[in-house]
Amino acid sequence: MSQYLFQQLVNGLSLGSLYALIAIGFSMIYGIVRLINFAHGDVVMVGAFASLAMVQAGVPWSMVAMLALVIGAAAGMTIEAAVFRPMRGASQVTGFIATLAVSVLIQNGALLLLSGQQRTFQFPAFMRQRVSLGGVSASMTDVAIIVLAVVLIAVLLFVVYRTRLGTAMRATSENLLAARLMGVPVNRTILAAFGMGSALAGIAGLMWGGKFGQIDPLMGAAPGLKAFIACVIGGVGSIGGALLGGYLLGMAEVLFVGLLPPEYASYRDTFVFLLLIVILLVKPSGLFMRHVEERA
Amino acid sequence: MSKNVPDALALPQARPLAGGLRLAALVALLLAALWLASSVLSAYGATLAALVCLNVALAVSLQLTNGLTGMFSLGHPAFMMIGAYVAAVLGYPVARKSTMLSGLPEALAAWQAPFVVAVALGAVAAGVAAWLIGLVVLRLKGHYLAVATLGLIVIVQGLALNWQGITRGGSGLSGIPRKTDIWWCAGLMIAVLVIVWRLKFSSLGRAMMATREDQLAAECIGVRTARVKLVAFVLGAVMAGIVGALMAHLITVVTPRSYGITLAFNLVVMVVIGGTGSITGAVIAAVAITLMGEGLKPLEEGMGLYGLSQMMVALALVLVLRFRPQGLFGSGEPGWLIRFFRPELSR
Repeated sequence: MSQYLFQQLVNGLSLGSLYALIAIGFSMIYGIVRLINFAHGDVVMVGAFASLAMVQAGVPWSMVAMLALVIGAAAGMTIEAAVFRPMRGASQVTGFIATLAVSVLIQNGALLLLSGQQRTFQFPAFMRQRVSLGGVSASMTDVAIIVLAVVLIAVLLFVVYRTRLGTAMRATSENLLAARLMGVPVNRTILAAFGMGSALAGIAGLMWGGKFGQIDPLMGAAPGLKAFIACVIGGVGSIGGALLGGYLLGMAEVLFVGLLPPEYASYRDTFVFLLLIVILLVKPSGLFMRHVEERA
Repeated sequence: MSKNVPDALALPQARPLAGGLRLAALVALLLAALWLASSVLSAYGATLAALVCLNVALAVSLQLTNGLTGMFSLGHPAFMMIGAYVAAVLGYPVARKSTMLSGLPEALAAWQAPFVVAVALGAVAAGVAAWLIGLVVLRLKGHYLAVATLGLIVIVQGLALNWQGITRGGSGLSGIPRKTDIWWCAGLMIAVLVIVWRLKFSSLGRAMMATREDQLAAECIGVRTARVKLVAFVLGAVMAGIVGALMAHLITVVTPRSYGITLAFNLVVMVVIGGTGSITGAVIAAVAITLMGEGLKPLEEGMGLYGLSQMMVALALVLVLRFRPQGLFGSGEPGWLIRFFRPELSR
């Protein structure tokens, strides 16, 4: 039993790493412009399809990973510059509707260009091998996801908390107007936040594709929503919260499916959204945040 | 607040009948036009007209929740789904119930509800669900309410997908008797239009708009905002439930995918483009978007350009948000329409 439990924990960790990567970007964007960015999940999709195209063009895998970061960043920055910047200062709900519109645009644009067909996405053979340790086994893909997520998150935390750019970001998210008055180039800082957050989403797309083996133009909806839920669990707008929320959500999902009788397994998404509503109502500031902003 | 909302004290005492007469005349004219049209229209044309009517009803009922009361709810498809499934299950032919819906209690399995009863019970189910959910969820504001109601769609979809014995899961219910026709849809549209229009210019409507503009101020002058919001939410849901039930009996199929996030998005687009709170705007936007979607279908299917019409809708929304965020009509109605229905307001 305990072995089974450990196995589930490893699976949860791998899924949680993906959620955390996506949620962190989501949270950075929310933190800095107070915008629930529904198009964030679609950047995941863009990253996945760009990676597939590069693999088919014969680009080596290490380069694909680097370029997935770049393409994700470019996608996020384009969205910010083209749509969200001109609407800065509009009401929260207006911004939210705009992100929904951008998401629909990207999804249907992809549908138009790529057709709704599912494509298989395969990592090279050595990534699909399984390694086992003390009876608990994981594929190399899972191990790579877990390790890569830790590395990327470490880099991100370093940038946010130890560099000038990071200071500017935190200042802007604290108070946009005051930051501008203090000489922070606000628009450039926001652009950078979108870039960094979306870069993580881009590479998460690559890993999502590798983990589940299939990608399609509408695949972004699920990770986008899950990332949002992860943020709510941890406290929207905080990077640490998104991190913990992502890992927790991944674990909770896998354990929900793994520990309950199989006939409940297909209620997974229902369960996740019920969790969201309950947390929004009971502890709207998230499980780990003390700062309370009015949400309810 | 819109300039078009009349100041109640300044009302001259006029013949109260005049507005009602004009309304009746207009409805009669509309029905006559419909009768003429229904003899000319092909089967496809009639179905399209029915769909337009249903979409108008949906957009206007959403205007009640989102436009007038200012709650940003995406939950309409969830209530449509509830209405559709309840009505479809009740109205299913008994012979098919026994073989296809194994999870149904004895009493229901042996009884095929008449169409009207099935639709009414669908509406009641949607209303009760909205009331229960609204009690909790309406405490949330702004985009948090939006996401929670989005979650509602996913939850209801999950139930429909997994409750095999009653909903038949992913394959959905097919072969629902086709009881809805253009008359039902037009009738519902007119009823919804009249109800929402009268509500908007009633004291309850003003309470709703006050809640939208400033909840704290509204509470200070004695508006029970929590109750006003709940009433708007439940009323909108009941209307959505009826539309869902009628749509199930028009298209004859319900699946868990029939009413999803895309529909929620399109409805919000109708409200936003029309103008948050404007009934006229919602009608125009609903008609335009439905017709555009249908008009582009041959192009989409012929050339494999799936997703084109949805992209146009999204693009239109972005442009409206960018350049005319208040929508076509803002929160008001065109002056001539108000004068037409309420002659007592103009001297």
